[in-house]
Amino acid sequence: MKKNGLLVGIILLVGLIFIGRLFYLQILDNPYKTSPLNNASIKSVYDYPARGYIYDRNGELIVANEQSYDVMVIPREIKPMDTLEFCSLLKIDKEYFKGRYKKAKIYSPRLPSVFLGQLSKEDYAPLQEKLFKFKGFYIQKRPIRKYPLKTAANVVGYLNEVDERAIAKDDYYQQGELFGYTGVEKKYELLLRGTKGVKRIQKNRFNKEIGSYKNGLYDTLSAPGNDLTLSLDIILQQYGEKLMTNKRGGIVALEPTTGEILALVTAPSYDPNIMVGRKRRKNSVLLLGDSINKPMFDRGLKAQYAPGSPFKIITGLIGLQEGVIDENTIFTCNHGYRYSRSRKMGCHAHASQVKLNFGIYTSCNSYFANTYRRIIEKFDTAHEGMETWSKHAKSFGLGNFLGYDLPVGNRGLIPNANFYDQWYTAKNWTATTTLSNAIGQGEVITTPIQLANMTATVANRGYYYTPHIVKKIKGASLDPKFTTKHVTTIDKKHFEPMVQGLFDVFENPGGTAFRSRVKGIEICGKTGTAQNSTKINGATVKLTDHSIFIAFAPKDNPKIAIAVFVENGYWGSRWAAPIATLMIEKYLNREISRKALEVKMFNGSLQDEYDRQLNDPEYHAESR
Amino acid sequence: MQREKNNIFAGVDLWLVSMYILLVFIGWLNIYAASTSELHYEVFDFNARYGKQIIWIALAVPVVMVILFIETRFYERFSSLFYLAAILSLIGLFIFGKNINGARSWYDIANFTIQPTEFAKAFTSLAVAKLLSDKAFTFKPFKNHIKAFFIILLPAFLITLQPDPGSAIVYLAFLFVFYREGLSVFYFILGILGVILFLLTLKFGTYNSIPIMILVTAGFYVLFMIYTAMYKPLFLKRNWMNTTIILVITCSYILSINPLFENVFQQRHRDRFNIVLGHSTDIQKTGYNTDQSIKTIASGGFIGKGFLEGDRTQGKFVPEQDTDYIFSTVGEEWGFLGSTIVIILFIVFMLRIIQVSERQKTTFSRVYGYSIAAIFFFHFMVNIGMVIGILPTIGIPLPFFSYGGSSLWGFTLLLFIFIRLDANRSYEW
Repeated sequence: MKKNGLLVGIILLVGLIFIGRLFYLQILDNPYKTSPLNNASIKSVYDYPARGYIYDRNGELIVANEQSYDVMVIPREIKPMDTLEFCSLLKIDKEYFKGRYKKAKIYSPRLPSVFLGQLSKEDYAPLQEKLFKFKGFYIQKRPIRKYPLKTAANVVGYLNEVDERAIAKDDYYQQGELFGYTGVEKKYELLLRGTKGVKRIQKNRFNKEIGSYKNGLYDTLSAPGNDLTLSLDIILQQYGEKLMTNKRGGIVALEPTTGEILALVTAPSYDPNIMVGRKRRKNSVLLLGDSINKPMFDRGLKAQYAPGSPFKIITGLIGLQEGVIDENTIFTCNHGYRYSRSRKMGCHAHASQVKLNFGIYTSCNSYFANTYRRIIEKFDTAHEGMETWSKHAKSFGLGNFLGYDLPVGNRGLIPNANFYDQWYTAKNWTATTTLSNAIGQGEVITTPIQLANMTATVANRGYYYTPHIVKKIKGASLDPKFTTKHVTTIDKKHFEPMVQGLFDVFENPGGTAFRSRVKGIEICGKTGTAQNSTKINGATVKLTDHSIFIAFAPKDNPKIAIAVFVENGYWGSRWAAPIATLMIEKYLNREISRKALEVKMFNGSLQDEYDRQLNDPEYHAESR
Repeated sequence: MQREKNNIFAGVDLWLVSMYILLVFIGWLNIYAASTSELHYEVFDFNARYGKQIIWIALAVPVVMVILFIETRFYERFSSLFYLAAILSLIGLFIFGKNINGARSWYDIANFTIQPTEFAKAFTSLAVAKLLSDKAFTFKPFKNHIKAFFIILLPAFLITLQPDPGSAIVYLAFLFVFYREGLSVFYFILGILGVILFLLTLKFGTYNSIPIMILVTAGFYVLFMIYTAMYKPLFLKRNWMNTTIILVITCSYILSINPLFENVFQQRHRDRFNIVLGHSTDIQKTGYNTDQSIKTIASGGFIGKGFLEGDRTQGKFVPEQDTDYIFSTVGEEWGFLGSTIVIILFIVFMLRIIQVSERQKTTFSRVYGYSIAAIFFFHFMVNIGMVIGILPTIGIPLPFFSYGGSSLWGFTLLLFIFIRLDANRSYEW
């Protein structure tokens, strides 16, 4: 028996290992344990809750719900049937039927999937009567979105069918369900969606339903989503959208004291109601595929432009803070600023001997070029000067994501010393190399919301709250980061002369927006005209300048800060300034005193300009 | 003295027979659970697999009768002929065989497929028993090593070519038999060492492990040499040649593992090794079967979900569940309790075969018994090891459990020839 001990021993050992492994798998807790619900003999019937409503700051309903009906299918339960009748009831053709059936079968022959989503009430009614004839199909009710005011599509966003990535990330979702895909719907998805309820139904092995699984132990009730109140003033929003008709660009209006977004307009936009139900698929292709007008591109949040002259405010404030200028510092301007023998930054015709106040309301390039140069050259190296300048500018929320509660955005750019070190590898750059930054051209780029936030900061004399779109959440509190004050690196006292300069932009007859002033409202603002260019067939072509305007009002205790960008709008006071002042008037007075201007803005179109960019091969911008 | 008994049932080992019946019965219950569906649920539905299995079981009865009827000496005398027939049927596969699932392992006779591989095991066991029971046979001369290994490696080689490497591995079971009958433990250690080195190299990667392993091997060699030179100079004088050969073989083996793995194995085989060694866990593709099987077993819990209540089994989550993965049905529907009982039943069954073979009076019967114990053990170990996810995927059936006529009859043949041999022991001298 001695030599057979080996086999006996190994048999016993292997048996012991097997039993040990089974003990681990079946009794101990291990990663192979699957949920008892994950199985084909339990049918889950979902009860979809109403998604949270969305209101504006005055309680106007922006987003509501409507009942819709999904046709569900369990492929292997289908019995022979009159396919033709079924197709005509659903208003689909036979090919489409085959395609959907195949897709459902590939997904799973045993599990239900959406055969045809979001039938309207009208389509559902005739189907309901005859559904009993079509085994394997059933109806699942599901609320869908409705937008009674047809506005703010870019803000509220739309719902889309969950994709595989979303399902992999969050097992709450199942194929065919909807989730917030853009805008507020996406950002506040978890609050808005609520919790779907589920009933587990046990089936026997003949696939017959034999009652509730484990007496409803795993069943849950649905809970409706939380309602949201946005900070948006829907009247202002709609007014802005109307003003921007036939123009491209964006408007961002903020309440300076809170950082609440009052209006977020992008143009062109679309009616959110077309991105609902069965027409969504077709329309999303049209909207997302429009690479010329880009209606899905939120220009207010994502478009990056050179800020142009409004950036002179920052240059001036940094100059005051660093002590390189004061209110009475005088620079000369002789149609521009000559900073080397052959190089000159141009300026328009105005009186020379420029002080800060005059520099602002006439928008003198020389004044701020001089200031910028002094800032950079205050320090031993340009490197150090640039870092200081960059730090100050960034304290206004520029050059990085602001952290607002909408899912898209862009950083913009405030260059720092490293940026130029990498660009000029010899590191021999100086203040004059980067001089364009002084007047918001060159490397500086901003998004409209950044510029609006900068304006709010100036209006507040040195601080801002992170812009945000949601004012109140029913049953939950606001993210504390929206109630945290961000203070700039500029002392409060330096803001007063700057605000006075911005006020004179309207009030002084030589101010660049003198003609846009509004009776009874003390507005402070700054025009901007930003050069821009594009590449056409490899050659850089100068395009018509963008029209830019920033403003806040009233001068003391400001209630609104606004930034307006109109693409290729020639110059600041031509489109952006009237639009901005009309918005301010609408928000503060609800009544427009300048009817003629309003009509001119409503009807004004830049479409010819945009068409020319596309069609005119010899396109050159008018140089202004 | 009478040399043969008259009653064919006289002397039959009732323990083995009843365990056989029990295993086949439990096996069938699980095949029923795994292959029943709403289309096929009546017990005598011969279109369903469980229905066909009833036919195979029923047909096993005459097979058993015939086996028990034939005289003991017939098996011994004609063992070479049986072996030859087995080899020829394996060779014949390359010409007449039917390709199923990429392996040319079946004969297709009148809509009825038969797998000679399953019968070759029994006939090889007879041939091995015959060789080893020759009174002149010992494992002393080296040429006998070659003879013995030739007998088991020839069918293994032919089966590998089908290709069905899983079934070929079973022939390693004969190492136990050779060891039992006096083959030096050296081969055994070599085999185990081979497997361990193989897995270690794959686990820790070629470039890290090969120099280290060669160094370690050489170190052992030097230590061994010094040890024997000091304490057993005589042994060293006689064995220095062998020892050096082992060193050379081991080193070249280590060096050949990676080229072997990369070139000789197919990607699917490599994937299976990689999954068990934890290199890749692709549960979507290659690891799918194993992953599903493990989850199915794990869902069984302590007492299981009950017969026909296993929803993962009824939902057909595990591919091949009524053949190679049949044990996952046991795991789900009968739980830890049921699967442990099945494992213990198998162990008792194998130990009983060993016990019975040790009481044999003829070397032939003893060797044969030991052979089949080892073969059952290999099937048991490789199959269940795979299903519970501790061995790579090697598709060989679980004796008496897996669906299939050829395998059921093959194992029946294997067992009942032994029962027949044992029944006659009181007439041997």
